[in-house]
Amino acid sequence: MTSTLHAEQTPFSFFTVAYLTRIGNQCARNLTEFLKGLEECSDASIFHHTFQTLESHHFLTEGFSNDFAQWVLASANRDELAEQLAALDVRDYLSIAELRSDLRRVVSSYCLKYPNYANQEALEPFYFCESVEVTEPVGLTVNSLQGFREGIERLSHASFYFHFISSRLRLHLRTNDFSVWLENSLGLDRLANQVNRIDVYTNTLDGARARLVRLIALEEKRA
Amino acid sequence: MTATEVAHRIPLEEYAPLLGEPEVAELRSLARPLRGRQVQMVNSTAVGGGVAEILNRLIPLAEELEIDIHWDVMQGGADFFEVTKSFHNALHGGTYASNAEDFAIFREYNKRNFDLVRHDAEFTIIHDPQPAGLIEARQGKAGHWIWRCHIDLSRPNSAVWNFLEPYVSKFDGAIFSSPEFSRQLPVPQYLFYPSIDPLSEKNRDLDQEFIGSVLKRFSIDAQRPILTQISRFDRLKDPVGVIRAYRIVKRYFDCQLVLAGGGASDDPEGAIVLDEVRKEADGDADIRILELPAWAPLEVNALQRASTIVIQKSLREGFGLTVAEALWKRKPVVASAVGGIPTQVIHKHTGLLAHSVEGTAYQIRFLLSHPEIANKLGEQGHKHVKENFLITQNLKNYLALMLLLCRCN
Repeated sequence: MTSTLHAEQTPFSFFTVAYLTRIGNQCARNLTEFLKGLEECSDASIFHHTFQTLESHHFLTEGFSNDFAQWVLASANRDELAEQLAALDVRDYLSIAELRSDLRRVVSSYCLKYPNYANQEALEPFYFCESVEVTEPVGLTVNSLQGFREGIERLSHASFYFHFISSRLRLHLRTNDFSVWLENSLGLDRLANQVNRIDVYTNTLDGARARLVRLIALEEKRA
Repeated sequence: MTATEVAHRIPLEEYAPLLGEPEVAELRSLARPLRGRQVQMVNSTAVGGGVAEILNRLIPLAEELEIDIHWDVMQGGADFFEVTKSFHNALHGGTYASNAEDFAIFREYNKRNFDLVRHDAEFTIIHDPQPAGLIEARQGKAGHWIWRCHIDLSRPNSAVWNFLEPYVSKFDGAIFSSPEFSRQLPVPQYLFYPSIDPLSEKNRDLDQEFIGSVLKRFSIDAQRPILTQISRFDRLKDPVGVIRAYRIVKRYFDCQLVLAGGGASDDPEGAIVLDEVRKEADGDADIRILELPAWAPLEVNALQRASTIVIQKSLREGFGLTVAEALWKRKPVVASAVGGIPTQVIHKHTGLLAHSVEGTAYQIRFLLSHPEIANKLGEQGHKHVKENFLITQNLKNYLALMLLLCRCN
């Protein structure tokens, strides 16, 4: 086991991200329109209301998981459907297409089961928006476990989210930038796996980061 | 148009204790590729109003990030501002009798300001409808032109919107404060939430002694629960409905109600509403109706901080930034689900929403009975504002938009 970079492997470069929200032209006033919106909206819109909302509401740990579930709960007033939508964990998905398919399946089943609710007007419409991602290097590159931990401690929420959560879509793997680097560049497979198992739904982003830093510090002591 | 100097500068570093060093460092990272690039912001007033307030904070922060930013104010006569005020009301859904002369005045004043457009600016941000006609001064497709609309266009008067829409469609993009406020346009539309400045007089920390002195001045008892609504005396803010909700709560809790706001002295309708409110209060010694001057930020700040619960029982609302102000102060908020309020008050997460007098009263009673839940909502509300509705987030959005526009070329 080692905590320094293998000669042939790459250092870790930290990036930050800003998400611009683009307003779409679709809105839903009931569950039928909502289902149609889920079918027709762009991938960037599904990303915005699921992955990105996890970043903008990272401080909430109880019962908030995505914009779709929140609207169904607070505006359409359908608790059961809201629970089902909230239970979808974005980390289980390698593509937006898979996530969209499950969202559609859940809403469609509910509308079939409760046709009377499908056209009931919600208190507030749901507006489909999109995320536009803008990334920029932070200017910090590290090649040791200690430097990596110190870098993580200094990251903004957005930067941490970019490497730890949205990276799954970029990598098309059930992992994240941090775990990939720990495994491939430092050969720390076990730590990589522990990092990947940190639960972002029952932790705030700050809580997840604190857990990650603790795991790395323990590994540093072992080395 | 005149170049505008910012009166009061707050260094970016002073936001670090509130936001954290990494968030401030992130702004510097995003701004690095934009150093030295020229940006022009144009609006129609240097003082008063929300846009000037935002620009007064935003410009110095952008300058500190070494962006070559200029704020210019369009010049107009009384006739121009009368026309644009009637446009403003009409765009909010008010009545308007279409008048060719109004449109001619609008065109003429915009044209008179043409030669003051900075043609070497890489980004030109035009705020609100008044200077929207300056887009005609653009040389070909030079630079990036963005229209920042701060008003609600969900139900505009068609004559005024049909006149403005061709101007707006010539920009490279438009920014709105809520998806609900936007229009179908042939250009990309972006969402920038309005923001508050945590270091302004209205929002900065106050010492308890000052808060106590404000309560004393207004004869408010600090020992009993204080329910507060800060808003103009306007029927759309439903102050009478707030009193009715308070009366229901009063059956269960020995509380006080504070209704504080301006708008009654220079607005005939405001004076009528104030009179209605006084009649509804019917001499109740625990209802304080406070007519504040138009600019009383420290008093508003103190009243919000002293409150047990902040109410915003509007019947219709723009974005409703008084909600963000209360949430920033970690106050539990009970508010109507209208306009931009549900974006700020995520029901059961950052506050409680209600749809009626009875619902408002019930949610207030619930919070007074469960102070631990009220505290948690206030704490989460504070974090929500910190993440989404501060001036620094607004700055981050502008930086991201400029980076995006640069990279799309």
